[in-house]
Amino acid sequence: MNIDTGYSVAVIAVVSLCTILLRAFPFLVFGGKKEVPKTVQYLGAVLPASIMAVLVVYCLRSINFTGMSHWLPAAFSSLLVVGLHLWKKNILLSIGLGTICYMVLVQIVFV
Amino acid sequence: MEQQHKNKNPIIFAWKQSIPVMLGYIFLGIAFGLLLQNAGYSFLWAFLISVVVYAGSMQFVLVTLLTSGAGLLSAVLMTLFINGRHIFYGLSFVEKYKKMGKAYPYLVFSLTDETYSVLCGTKIPEGMEEKKVFFWISFLDQCYWVLGSVIGALAGSYFTFDSTGIDFSMTALFIVIVVEQWQGAKSHFPALLGAVCGILWLIVLGPDQFILPALCSCVIILLLARRKVFWAEEVA
Repeated sequence: MNIDTGYSVAVIAVVSLCTILLRAFPFLVFGGKKEVPKTVQYLGAVLPASIMAVLVVYCLRSINFTGMSHWLPAAFSSLLVVGLHLWKKNILLSIGLGTICYMVLVQIVFV
Repeated sequence: MEQQHKNKNPIIFAWKQSIPVMLGYIFLGIAFGLLLQNAGYSFLWAFLISVVVYAGSMQFVLVTLLTSGAGLLSAVLMTLFINGRHIFYGLSFVEKYKKMGKAYPYLVFSLTDETYSVLCGTKIPEGMEEKKVFFWISFLDQCYWVLGSVIGALAGSYFTFDSTGIDFSMTALFIVIVVEQWQGAKSHFPALLGAVCGILWLIVLGPDQFILPALCSCVIILLLARRKVFWAEEVA
């Protein structure tokens, strides 16, 4: 696969810069005064849960229901991850076994 | 515990605190490296990204951005949404970090989800300098992450195995985060809102366009529903 070096560097630089600005933001803005606006505190408490749910949908965006092989591997592996995590609460185990399960399903079972 | 902390070397103390992150970061780093290599990028790219971006979930999304040829504006917006939560980590360290001297800029840069949680839970033993411990925990954590991503990218290029489906590690990561947040949440409204907005916009706009409208509608609805949700958060 050919890589567009200039484009890739630009995207990486932008993502890096935005991440740094976000991490520095509270130190730059709230460094002097102690009180953080209520609206910011509120979004900090509730927004991450919404974002993560949207990201799960984002990861599963390409499944469709035209055939079993287009949704069953992702659906089954996702349920496995949820089940494993509720049971063992071990992040590595949940992600590891879930990924292996998905790989086996798409590579061997539903070819 | 007291016995363990007899050792006054801040590096060793920091390393002990960072062991849980070490396992997680090396493992997830490998998954990221494999994914990146799969997209055609060598281990040098993995090294570069893990050094300058250093943000777990965002790096996985970054691979998708690069392979889909996303525009710079959508890269900015995605970063703001996905890493926006980092603002709230810094908030708890604003006072503390002012006293950190030369390490201050690096500590701010390297404040990831995992490092934040380790630093929050670290009790500095008597006679040990807090800023040294904080620096070494933060620095070691990033080393694990960089190491993992380089190993992953190298493994992907030297061992030819069918890595189809390795991208599910990103899905699994986000599902795990959702499960953990769900169990710790006082109100499930935000998570359900995210799922509903995500699915509705996906149906309306299709897989390439839906995420930013979905995230924006979450922010707007959460602000509109503020009284209701905030009440639930505060009371519980």
